[in-house]
Formats: sequence, C-alpha cells, structure tokens
Amino acid sequence: MTWHDLPWLEIAVGLPLLLAVPAALAKSRMAGVWWATAGCGLSVLATAIAWGVQHWAGGQGSGPLLRVDELSAPLLPVVALLHLLTAATTSRQKAERFAPARFLLSLGMRLAVFAAMQTWLLVPLLVAAVVPPFFDLRVRGKPTRVYVIHMAAFTLLLLLGWGLSAAGMKEAGAVLFVLAALVRGGVLPAHVWVPDLFANGSLNSALLSVGPLVGVYAAVRLAMPDAPAWVLPVVTVLSLVTAVYSAGLAVVQTEVRRFIAHLFVSFASLVFVGLEVHTTESSTGALALWFSLMLSATGLGLVVRAVEDRYGRLPLNAHHGLYERSPLLAVGFLVCGLACVGFPGTVGFVSAELLVDGTLHANPWVGVSVIAVSALNGIAVLRAFWLLFTGRRAPAGAAELPLSRPERLAVIGLCVLLVAGGLYPQPELDSRIKAVDVLFPAGDRQPHEH
Amino acid sequence: MNDVIYWLGVVAVAAPTAVTLLLAVVVLLGRPPEWFTHRLLQCGTVIGLLAVVGVLVLMLVSGERDVKVNLGTWVHVPPNYHFQLEFLFDRLSVPFAALSLLLCGVIGAFAARYMHREPGFHRFFLLFALFATGMTAAAVAGSVETLFAGWELVGLSSVLLIGFFHERPAPVRNGFRVWVVYRAADAALLLAAILTHLMVKEHDGDFHHLLGSGAWPYEAATVEPWQATVIGGLLLFAAAGKSALLPFSGWLPRAMEGPTPSSAVFYGALSVHLGAFLLLRVSPLFEKSVPLASVTLALGLCTAVYAAVVGRVQTDIKSVLSFASLTQVGIIVAEIGLCGLLGGQLPDSWGEALWYVPLVHLIGHACLRTLQFVRAPSLLLDYKAVENAIGDKLPRATATPGLGLYRFALDRGHLDALLSEYVARPFVALFRSFDRLEGKWADWLNGTPGDTAPPSVGGGLAGRPTASPSSLPHPSPAELTETRP
Repeated sequence: MTWHDLPWLEIAVGLPLLLAVPAALAKSRMAGVWWATAGCGLSVLATAIAWGVQHWAGGQGSGPLLRVDELSAPLLPVVALLHLLTAATTSRQKAERFAPARFLLSLGMRLAVFAAMQTWLLVPLLVAAVVPPFFDLRVRGKPTRVYVIHMAAFTLLLLLGWGLSAAGMKEAGAVLFVLAALVRGGVLPAHVWVPDLFANGSLNSALLSVGPLVGVYAAVRLAMPDAPAWVLPVVTVLSLVTAVYSAGLAVVQTEVRRFIAHLFVSFASLVFVGLEVHTTESSTGALALWFSLMLSATGLGLVVRAVEDRYGRLPLNAHHGLYERSPLLAVGFLVCGLACVGFPGTVGFVSAELLVDGTLHANPWVGVSVIAVSALNGIAVLRAFWLLFTGRRAPAGAAELPLSRPERLAVIGLCVLLVAGGLYPQPELDSRIKAVDVLFPAGDRQPHEH
Repeated sequence: MNDVIYWLGVVAVAAPTAVTLLLAVVVLLGRPPEWFTHRLLQCGTVIGLLAVVGVLVLMLVSGERDVKVNLGTWVHVPPNYHFQLEFLFDRLSVPFAALSLLLCGVIGAFAARYMHREPGFHRFFLLFALFATGMTAAAVAGSVETLFAGWELVGLSSVLLIGFFHERPAPVRNGFRVWVVYRAADAALLLAAILTHLMVKEHDGDFHHLLGSGAWPYEAATVEPWQATVIGGLLLFAAAGKSALLPFSGWLPRAMEGPTPSSAVFYGALSVHLGAFLLLRVSPLFEKSVPLASVTLALGLCTAVYAAVVGRVQTDIKSVLSFASLTQVGIIVAEIGLCGLLGGQLPDSWGEALWYVPLVHLIGHACLRTLQFVRAPSLLLDYKAVENAIGDKLPRATATPGLGLYRFALDRGHLDALLSEYVARPFVALFRSFDRLEGKWADWLNGTPGDTAPPSVGGGLAGRPTASPSSLPHPSPAELTETRP
C-alpha cells in the first residue's frame, strides 16, 4: 500500500471525531480550543491530500464509504479550512461558550456529508448535521421552534423522498428531495430559519452550518439526477424571487447578523438558479459561486465575529466608526464583501460573470434579475461597511484593539486567497468545469447558440 | 514593429496594475514611509505613460491606426465562453490613456505634498493607484468585459475616496449615494455587455464584433438599428450614471467631500468623462440609430443647461467647478449625439473627422478643469492677486433671475429629493415592511413576544439610531489577543 492508497477522507473525518474526546475532557476551555484547532488543521491536511490524490494520482483518496469526486474535491478542504479559521480565531472571551467537542463532531459530520456518495449514507448524515445548531440554541437558552420546525420539515421530506426512491418512484422521490433541499437552502417561503439562527445562535455555529450550502449539495447529489423536467422552472422562479427578496432585505437590515444571513440566502438562491437554468455557463458559474461564497461570505462572517468579540453586537442603524481602532478588520470586511458580490479582481468576479451570461442566454428576464441581485448585494455590503467602520470618530483615549496573531493571519490569508483566486481563476474554474461535466452530461444541458 | 507596440501596450497596462498590487501588499503588512508610497505610484504612472507615448509614436511612424494587444484567454469555459484579456490601442484609446496616466501622475505628485502627514496618506495613494489601474484598463479595453472591470475599479475607488474623511458621517453618506448610482450604472453596462453577446452571436466580447472591422472612427456597426437602440440605450444609461448626466446629476456636488486632489482628477477630469468616453467607444451605434442619437443630443443639452443654471448659485468653489465641469460634459455628450445624427449625412471624411470634436473637447476640458480644481484651495489668494493687479474689486454678477429659477438652482433642480422620494424611500419602506412581517412570523413560530421588529423607515444610510458603540461592552485588548492557553 502506497501513501496515496491510504483512506485520506476517512482519516479527515475520523480525526476530528477522535480528537473530540480529549477536547471534551480538556481541563480548561482554551485547551479545548487548542484541541479543536489541531483537529481542524489535521483535517485540512488530510482533505487536501485526498484532493491531490484524486487530482494528480487519479485515485479516490479514500476508502469504500467515502469518496472524493470532481464536485466535492475543492469543497472538502475549504469546509475544513473554514472550521480551522473559526477555531483558531476563538478568543479567550469566546472560549467560555465554545464547545470544542461539539465543534469537532460537527466538522466530522460536515466532511462526511460532502464525501458521501451513496444515498443510504448521505441522507442520515444530512439529518445528523442539523442537530449541533439545535444544541447550540438550547445551550444559549434561545428559542428553537423556528429552527426545529424547518429542520423537521427538511428531515421529513428527505426521509420520504428516500423512501419513495427506494420504492422505485424515483421522480416523486426527487421532487421531495428538491423540496428538502429548498428548505435547507433557505428558499422562500422556508427561509426564515436562516436569519433566526444567525440572530439567536452563536455566529460560528450559524456560519459553519449555513456557509457550506449543504442544501445545494443535497439538491445536486440527491434530487437533480432524477428530477422531472417541470421541477426546474419552478425551482428557478422560487430561487430567483428569494434571491431578489433577500438582497432587498440585506440592503435595509438594521442588525449585522441578519444582514449576513440574508446575504447568504440571496447568494445560495443564485446558486440554485444557476444550476436549475442548466446551461454550461450558468452551471459552471453556480458551482464557482458556491466555492467563492464559502470563502468570502464565511470570511465576512468571521470578520463580524471578531468585531463582536471587541465591540459586542452592533446595530446597523448608526455609524460606529470602528476603522480607526480596527483597520485590518475593516479591510477584511471590505475585501470579503466585495468578493461576495463578484467585484473585479476577486474570486467572485468570474463566477458572477458566468452566471449572468449563462442565465441571460437561457432567459433574459432571469439574467436581468441576477444582475439586479448583484447590484443590490453590492449596495448592501458597502452600506454595512460604512455603518460599521466609518462615520464616527473613536472616543477620546480609546485604545486600538489589535487583532491576535491567528486573527491577523486569518484575515490576511483570506484576503490574499480571495484576490489571488480572482486574478488567476482558471485552475478553480477547471475543477468546476469537470464537476459540471460529471454532474450534467452535455446532452442534458440547455443548448447555448452562437 | 508590431512586436514592440505589443510589449509597450503590455507595459502600459501592467505598470499601474503591478503598482496597485505592490502597494496593497506593502500597506497591508506595515506602514511604509510616505516617500516610498508616492514614489511607487509615480513610477507606475510614469512607466505607463512612457509606454503609451511610445505606442503613439510608433503608431504614427508606422501608420498603424488600430493595434490589438491580446494577452490571451484569461478565462475559458468550453465550448463557448472566453474572457479575452484584450486591449485596443487606437486613436481614441491612446489619447485617453495618455491623458489618464498623465493626470494621475501630476495629481499624484501634487497629492504627495497636499496629503502630507494626513492619517490616511497610504489609504489615499492605494485607492488612487486602484483608480489609475481602472482608468487605464477602461481606456484601452478591447472588450466589453475588460471595460466593465476597469469601470468598476474606477467606481469603487471613487466612492471610497469620497468617504475618505470617514470620521464624519456626511462624506460617508455622500459616498453611499454615489455608490448606489454607480451600481445602477454598472448593472446597465453589464446588461449591455451580455446583450451584445446575445445579439451579435459572438462570445469573446470583442468591440469589433459589435462595431465592425474599421479603426476608430471609421467603424460601422454590424448590428441592426433596433439592436443599436437597445444596446446604446443601456450604455447611455450607464454613461449617465457615471458622468452625472440627468437625472443623476445630484451626486456630483456630493462627491466633492473627498480630498481636493481626488476631486480634481475624478470629477474634474477623468471619472466624470468616462461615460462620454464609453459613448465615443461605441460611436457607430449612434450613426446606426437616429432615436439613440437624438436622445443623446437632448440629454446632453438638458444636462448642460441644467448644470449651467445650477452652477451659477453654488456657494463653494468646488461645487461651482463641479457644475462647470458637468456643463462641459453635457456639451460633449450633445456633440456625440450630434455627430451620430450628422455622421451619416456628411461626406465620409467630414463625417469621420466630426468624431474628433468631442474627443478633443474632452481632453482639453479635462486638463483645464484639473488645473482649476487644484488651484481651488488657493482661490482667495488668486482673487487677491487679480484684484491687486487690476487695482479694483472683481466685478460681481448683476443678472437677477426670477425667484423660481433661483430656488430651482439653489435646490439643484430637486433631483436628489425626487430620487429619494420616488425611488429610494418606497424601496426601503417596502423591504422594511417585509422585514417587520418576517420578524412577526419568526416571533409567532418561536412563541416569543414580538420584540424583534426593526425600527421604522429612517432617513439616509443608517435610519434611526438606537445604540452607540460606547454603550456596548468593550473587552480589554489583552482579553482579545490572548487566544492560547
């Protein structure tokens, strides 16, 4: 057995689960955070090796249960990386409420979700992955009913869809899978749980639960292969309405966490739109947007988390003028926000271009709506930036609140990653093109005449 | 010789881009000395300018009118999507690129002294470098996508510099207003770009597929008249947003909140002319569509008259200059519309020569207005010098317009109020009502009392203030930086 025959994915999933034990038994909270960071770091390494093995050595980088393919290859290391950044930037203040064992278990489950190919494994994992945020809400003494109702609907639809598929009614099962994915993705009218989770839960739990766009993944893996043709336009319309609606809500938000939540919902809906429109450009753009969104929007959330560590929860109905005291956070917020909305020179630019191009070719009205969503989200991001970081002089004698070394590394690293990916996007796009080829054979895509 | 032109073209685009990236890295990692920052910018603009001048000289020597610099395919999605990094050096782009780099260099040198020891010195130069990169890319863009990328960079750097003095809310609020208009203009440009692909059935965004194969201004649009009207209409909307034409003129005086050097180069010279440049770039569309040319002419004239009237009653010099600038931009746009109407009626050589009129007007006006803007802080000194020289006070305006016209001018035609009242406010009110409904729905599902409803519609960027940072918990720096046991 050579090194690339090792089950790297099982290692990536298993290590956090194993390290959850010492993390739970750690004598101090900060020791628990250290274990969580170590577990995430090892997972990043293992998933990156699995991707490398899949890409260069042509292997699966995994054992019999879990597999890495063209779709999940870059997503797995990014999921692990986001967990690593979250754990590493947990301050002593936040460590008191940080549950390292639950965090590592969540990482293991999310990685397993993205590596599971068989329906019998994926469905239970998807259901299990909704549990940790529930405990997070419970522990904090926050209302859970909105979350429970929506996740119960998601679970029910998923299990029913699985049952129908197993009984041979594949189309009916796919329709239920689509509905489940829409609930998990926060598409109208089942979107309200996302801002609720952001507002009531811990920010890291909400970010890591929503950020990887598990609902989109469920749709791609479970629903799209067998979904009847009439479902696609319905999903497109619903997703498009959600994207516009959430972008409008993001513009007028008066609370920063809800702003991020609506930004997520809006972009996640655009990913649905791109996939459902089903042209080569739109599908590639949607998958690229998914990848860039995981980095940029979650990065935006991590910056907000660092802001909250220092200044508490800030309403978006007054200027806070934090730039002078935390300039690097302002830079991080701006770069991540611009990457979210597809600004030139950032990783989101090409995906936004492809998405607009693909959707406009398929249906001009869809394309126009996508452009409007992009414009509205751009307005929302700059509005939030200006309200948080400008418009007020720092109080006299107020000290600059510097970032810790991990925080500084995380912010600078994310900025570099987002800009580098924007300047040289072809490698990432190549992987997304291969994923589109695997997921949607050319014959299934809408023609794109020239 | 073409190889030399090619490489000079590459240098012209790469120099400001490299400087921006380098400056970003340096500023992000530390606090360089002032001389380093502004020398770096000067290096980038001088090298870029020399390269553009080199291209110009070689084109004149060789008789080339139209040189494409193709850096290859930046993004390729098989089978159809190509994003070409293509730049076009012709009689339109070379003068505009040279003007952009020249003025950026001059204003950079001016700002090195003007901004000396300002707390945001490096931020200013970084944004200024970003602006220079965007202007150069937009000026020599050979495809709609490249132009769009440059256009967006110009927009972002503009609004961030408007809000440069960000410790006060007013500059930030004004920057936000400009950003909203810019986003609308960007959306129109992007839509025009994609519609171009749809209509000309080409997928590399090359201007030649839209504008024919001739060199500017000898191009002839390959699209149908109705297509020219649609695409040109969207581009005219984008240009109106960027160049503050009616009905978006209200943002121009607001943009004067930024530092004087950036006001000079942005709103006196380059950024405000970018819309007119875009219209010149697609000039064949105006010859193809009479309605489009007529609307452009009318829009330009209306803007010129409006700005001339409003500018008369402004009470600060930067606002006066901004409206004077807008008057000329309006006339340039009207000239473009007129060229479109007359171009097809005149003999070929006359029709084509006409297109140089707005270009020359644009370049001359940009230079003059930059000078006026950078002299603005010394206005009183200049007045005194003139009065000393003539031995008397300067003559005052004696015309007495009607009260209605005066109030119209003083309120800047109520444009801002109209856009706020009939566009922004209904939008905000609608979505805040949705937000309130959502809050109630979530409260009902959670079984909690309704305490999450957001505040009612407030004014401006922030709405109604409810809390201040000082009322929020502030941990100590030590508590935040210690992250390891």
